[in-house]
Amino acid sequence: MKPTATLATAARVLRQILHDPRTIALLVVVPSLLIGLMAWLFDTTPVFAQVGPAMLALFPFIVMFLVTSISTLRERRSGTLERLLTLPLRRLDIILGYALAFGVAAIVQAGVAVGFAIYVCGLDVEGSLWLLLGVAVLDAILGTTLGLLASAFARTEFQVVQFMPALVFPQVLLGGVFLPRDQLPDVLRSISDWLPLSHAIDALNAIARGTEDIGGDLLIVAAFALGAVLLGALTLRRRTP
Amino acid sequence: MVNSQAAVLIEDLRVRRDKHEVLHGIDLRVPPGAVVGVLGPSGGGKSTLLRAIVGVQIVQSGRVDVLGLPAGSAALRSRVAYMTQGTSVYDDLTVRQNLAYFRAILGVARSEVDRVIEATDLGDVADSLVETLSGGQRSRVSLAGALLGSPELLVLDEPTVGLDPVLRGELWRLFRTLAAGGVTLLVSSHVMDEAARCDRLLLLREGEILADDTPAGLLESTGGVDTEDAFLRLIERATTDVRGVS
Repeated sequence: MKPTATLATAARVLRQILHDPRTIALLVVVPSLLIGLMAWLFDTTPVFAQVGPAMLALFPFIVMFLVTSISTLRERRSGTLERLLTLPLRRLDIILGYALAFGVAAIVQAGVAVGFAIYVCGLDVEGSLWLLLGVAVLDAILGTTLGLLASAFARTEFQVVQFMPALVFPQVLLGGVFLPRDQLPDVLRSISDWLPLSHAIDALNAIARGTEDIGGDLLIVAAFALGAVLLGALTLRRRTP
Repeated sequence: MVNSQAAVLIEDLRVRRDKHEVLHGIDLRVPPGAVVGVLGPSGGGKSTLLRAIVGVQIVQSGRVDVLGLPAGSAALRSRVAYMTQGTSVYDDLTVRQNLAYFRAILGVARSEVDRVIEATDLGDVADSLVETLSGGQRSRVSLAGALLGSPELLVLDEPTVGLDPVLRGELWRLFRTLAAGGVTLLVSSHVMDEAARCDRLLLLREGEILADDTPAGLLESTGGVDTEDAFLRLIERATTDVRGVS
């Protein structure tokens, strides 16, 4: 491992984001806007109190998945990846650099979304706010790492965007937002047990209720994120046809 | 061993892309400290050959040794510099930020960034975003990236495309200076007038080497008046040979 190459890559990715104010605005504002819309939509019902925590898992996850998969695909297609792979750096340096840079972006994004949900939309959280923020960030990082992995299997921007309905929507449907997970049909229930987003949503709900026994859920989310990073590094091939 | 002195040594290299063989058993020996021009029409296999030498091309069979090691070895990554045919730089970073990133990965002195900016005459646009630059300027940024540090072998795929004659002249002088210092350069081009500036020429057509000679030797053996003429005569000879056989 060469920490300088990882950090240089992370700094470079962040610099690229900084040169694109519109992307920053979308990254930071869109999840909060959607959460605000949900709160307003269910203004006269108790629904927002139930699904609000899940929204903190959903929107950062989706946005980071999209942003990461498209920007790494761009790197594959522009020839810069081929150049990087002829330079003295490990494949893991590239993937970790990306994960680190988008992880920083995820902290900002999740921080704004959590603050907005609680202080503007009046979301009730019994448990620790820091823990809630931590889980939201971990979840955004999960979106980042799955996006990195997805970009390896896409050749065009069209394909990578199609990965969102394929990889992300089933997790949203089965994650307990539409129907609590314990009311799902048995088969779907067991499938949802194997999806990382279900556990992220469980963890956020638990914190909102004030129960903080979420170690198992966090471990599963982190394991998926780590697995995606390692698989992502394996899919980078120095030699191509 | 005479072979161990070669900067690049290739034996019977075959490469397939999408079921078509694009290099049909290439043999090549590049002496160290030489500027070798890789010439030929596009689609003839120039880029594929260069990619095989850098070690990013999946090859079917054959042997490619670079500086005494198999092409693509980890130990070669700081000794061989590669400029791809497309301008492989980040559009949304400035010239200086691009080069600073590549410099950090190579782990060479910070002053290298300024040196290569000057060598490629990019001082005026050093702090501009690459996406605002002209085609020629972008390709110079890409070239500057390959000049960082002190590579022993430079593999440059069409480095002078879209450049004005004055700058092209300057870059070729830079290539000659590097070669005088012992660096080996493989430079592909389809501009025939650049051929005269090379020590050796490699004419590549339809995946085969038509000629591997010095510019003077090439003119002598073909009776051509210049490289372009020599190349045409070689192609003519190759096609009549084929007709003679069939």
